Amino acid sequence: MQNEPVKNTRKKIPRNKIAEQNPSERVQNFGEVELGYSEEQAVLESMRCLMCKNPKCIEGCPVEIDIKGFIAYIKDRKFKEALEKIRDKNTMPGICGRVCPQENQCEKACILGIKDDPVAIGKLERFVADYENTCKKNTALHTDKKEYKSKAAFGYDLDNHDISTAEIKTGKIKTAVIGAGPAGLTCAGELAKMGYSVTLFEALHSAGGVLVYGIPEFRLPKSIVSGEVEYVKSLGVEIKLNCIIGKTFTIDELLENGYESIFIGTGAGLPYFLGIPGENLNGVYSANEYLTRVNLMKGYLFPQWDTPVKRAGIVSVIGGGNVALDSARTALRLGARKVYLIYRRTEVEMPGRIEEIKHAREEGVDMVFLTNPVEIKGENGWIKKLVCIRMELGEPDDSGRRRPIPVPNSEYEIDTEIAVIAIGQGPNPVLTQTSPDIALNKWGNIIADSSGKTSKKGVFAGGDIVTGAATVILAMGAGKNAAKAMDQYLKTRAW
Amino acid sequence: MQAENRIIDKSILGSDTVSFTVYCPVIAKKAKAGQFVVIRARNEGERIPLTIADRDPAKGIINITILKIGKTSRLLSSFEPGDIIPDIAGPLGKPSEIENFGTVVIIGGGVGIAPTLPIIKTMKEAGNYVISVIGARNCNGLIFKEAIKTHSDEFYTCTDDGSEGFKGFVSDFLIEYIKQHPDKKIDRVVAIGPVLMMKAVCDVTRPYGLKTIVSLNPIMVDGTGMCGSCRVEVGGKTMFGCVDGPEFDGHLVDFKLLSSRLDIYREEEKTAYNKYMENHKCKMSQ
Ligand SMILES: Cc1cc2nc3c(=O)[nH]c(=O)nc-3n(C[C@H](O)[C@H](O)[C@H](O)COP(=O)(O)OP(=O)(O)OC[C@H]3O[C@@H](n4cnc5c(N)ncnc54)[C@H](O)[C@@H]3O)c2cc1C
Ligand SMILES: Cc1cc2nc3c(=O)[nH]c(=O)nc-3n(C[C@H](O)[C@H](O)[C@H](O)COP(=O)(O)OP(=O)(O)OC[C@H]3O[C@@H](n4cnc5c(N)ncnc54)[C@H](O)[C@@H]3O)c2cc1C
Ligand code: SF4
Ligand code: SF4
Ligand code: FES
Repeated sequence: MQNEPVKNTRKKIPRNKIAEQNPSERVQNFGEVELGYSEEQAVLESMRCLMCKNPKCIEGCPVEIDIKGFIAYIKDRKFKEALEKIRDKNTMPGICGRVCPQENQCEKACILGIKDDPVAIGKLERFVADYENTCKKNTALHTDKKEYKSKAAFGYDLDNHDISTAEIKTGKIKTAVIGAGPAGLTCAGELAKMGYSVTLFEALHSAGGVLVYGIPEFRLPKSIVSGEVEYVKSLGVEIKLNCIIGKTFTIDELLENGYESIFIGTGAGLPYFLGIPGENLNGVYSANEYLTRVNLMKGYLFPQWDTPVKRAGIVSVIGGGNVALDSARTALRLGARKVYLIYRRTEVEMPGRIEEIKHAREEGVDMVFLTNPVEIKGENGWIKKLVCIRMELGEPDDSGRRRPIPVPNSEYEIDTEIAVIAIGQGPNPVLTQTSPDIALNKWGNIIADSSGKTSKKGVFAGGDIVTGAATVILAMGAGKNAAKAMDQYLKTRAW
Repeated sequence: MQAENRIIDKSILGSDTVSFTVYCPVIAKKAKAGQFVVIRARNEGERIPLTIADRDPAKGIINITILKIGKTSRLLSSFEPGDIIPDIAGPLGKPSEIENFGTVVIIGGGVGIAPTLPIIKTMKEAGNYVISVIGARNCNGLIFKEAIKTHSDEFYTCTDDGSEGFKGFVSDFLIEYIKQHPDKKIDRVVAIGPVLMMKAVCDVTRPYGLKTIVSLNPIMVDGTGMCGSCRVEVGGKTMFGCVDGPEFDGHLVDFKLLSSRLDIYREEEKTAYNKYMENHKCKMSQ
């Protein structure tokens, strides 16, 4: 590590492992699993990059971050410049570096990855975001509060922006953003930077969407999310919590009240259940409820915090995506001695991030593949057993994945004290029910074009409410695109 | 200007019930009979649903009436006029179905009396002949008596101990009433109160084919259809109490499941309650 690697051995540097809490320790706490690269590691990792003439990695990133460019800055130890480079395209690198499914995106396309492990793009992205944060924390101790604030939350220098606070004047055009998840926060931030007055309406008592109620602290510390929320506020966005659009106000009421354009980013917040007997027994949770109780309501700190969550010895989680993995690992941290993750396909088809599958396995989650529950049996109102059937893989279905088919007469029982159903989420109809003129597809998702335009004049939508449950970066991209289109609309009024 | 969520007035109704008038102009304007709010009483607090027992859109105020049972309801009951409730979200749930049905019997039991008030008012406004029946353990529990009486065509009280009105449960009263008024055609019954009371009323009305609406109180978190904590079974189908209800056709409700699900956190609630009372006592003795 002491010697500068010479050019022709560059490829030989193995991918730098990120420091992690060790599995037996981390299942006892809710602290972050990955501890991040050190400066030296980041620089060393950046040296692995081939500085390709035609950097494929950029095409692999949904928001086309200049990956090669920011990595070059890291190499030169210009971390602030690296962050600025990322921020040209992505305002939440601290979040994306942690939760993007890099193996399907930037790192999948990385040319180094053809013969070797790809450059750890996500880890580098997270490193620069965290680096800035640490510096800020240190300087904040020495500067007065006002100055610290004007520097904004995440490295942005407000003074370098097209709209400086001095220019913000009254009489601005009013816009509304609904839902403070990654889509809504991004859209609101962009609109504010363009000089619009923005009100962000959020149903819950806290902003962040899935980033606060779904993804657990051990994967995405909530302080990082609140940093992003503070940054959006510092741009002048007014956040109104506890406002359920469709109940507290309707879309039409917002339009009547002078909001000239509206972005809907309400996410995929409707839990799906299996529809099998026994699903309403005590101890059967939707992943949304389980994770919300633990993350948003801090159930793991009960009774210091008031919201309880059931702790049990044996927990079964049904599903194979990030939501299921998060639930399973949460159950371990709540003290379960046995956690099953029951998935009807095989590991190859699991939609969860590879890294989280690995983490879950290290922590001792017992993955039961090719298995599907068909009934939940109970006693005195409480769940006791899952009746499962074995599956085999048949022909590929619409999603291209091989369809699981039940093996006749292969039912067997698994003892369990808690079951968490994590088989997906749909669009919550609370808003759309009161706005019949916004067209929906057959699953209830809002129909919007690539700019976010819906069937209702002045109303845009993006993120999970349009695409169905997807990813953080896609939601952010949609929010950003929509902000551009809203600006266009507000200037031309053309629909 | 008044601060939002500020408590304007507090009244203590009997030994375990507290009623607050809260400045909530948006909700006051929007709320309809049968709807509720979700409240958090402190930063570390849980989200609990409470019915909007009354409202005055002109003044921007709503009334919430709370039965002290566990930690959160007790904590909230200790708030005083001038205090601000940290989070109030709403109005949530579907409004009551209000039409001119003809003759309606509206029954409230215990703290369930409070949410009957807006329903009684609007049913009356819609042209119904309103028969109101309220019941409690003893006369101290007969809350909102005057207001309900004013808006009703007939008004009856019941107490378990006979300290006022009919001695016995509201469901027993209903049997008597139906028997004694065979000529009276009842078009609809609305019953709100403890699970056992609602079930008992449904058992009385079922043989007569009297449509009976009940307001269910499953455990909730968000109150917006996001978590499924509030699952209830109605007519064999799973519904979310917060968005599909809280009012349902009582003859189709699986009350056994509802009771069972209300017990999920019994142990945890006890822990929280004991801890709260301990701290409370310490503070008082200081
Ligand atoms: C447990 C879990 C783990 C995940 N892990 C990953 C991961 O590792 N990587 C990844 O890329 N993606 C992951 N995802 C998916 C990702 O979080 C989502 O795709 C993303 O959050 C969608 O963003 P959004 O802004 O569209 O919606 P959300 O994040 O769902 O935000 C919507 C917001 O709108 C609010 N809202 C809803 N209805 C209303 C209304 N009527 N009025 C006002 N406000 C309303 C909600 O309260 C919420 O705050 C995960 C999802 C879950 C649930
Ligand atoms: C739509 C709706 C409207 C309601 N309106 C009122 C009202 O106007 N006034 C009032 O006093 N109460 C009302 N409730 C009940 C109220 O929400 C609970 O009494 C409260 O949550 C109890 O909190 P706690 O911490 O004091 O008691 P806990 O210690 O949490 O619980 C004590 C008991 O209350 C029940 N309970 C617990 N949590 C809930 C919950 N979230 N929802 C329902 N029941 C629960 C359980 O059976 C439990 O055994 C309503 C409930 C619903 C669903
Ligand atoms: S935003 Fe996501 S996909 Fe894009 S470079 Fe960063 S980690 Fe990769
Ligand atoms: S494709 Fe990989 S190696 Fe090439 S520039 Fe991008 S990160 Fe570097
Ligand atoms: S309370 Fe969460 S869905 Fe009803």
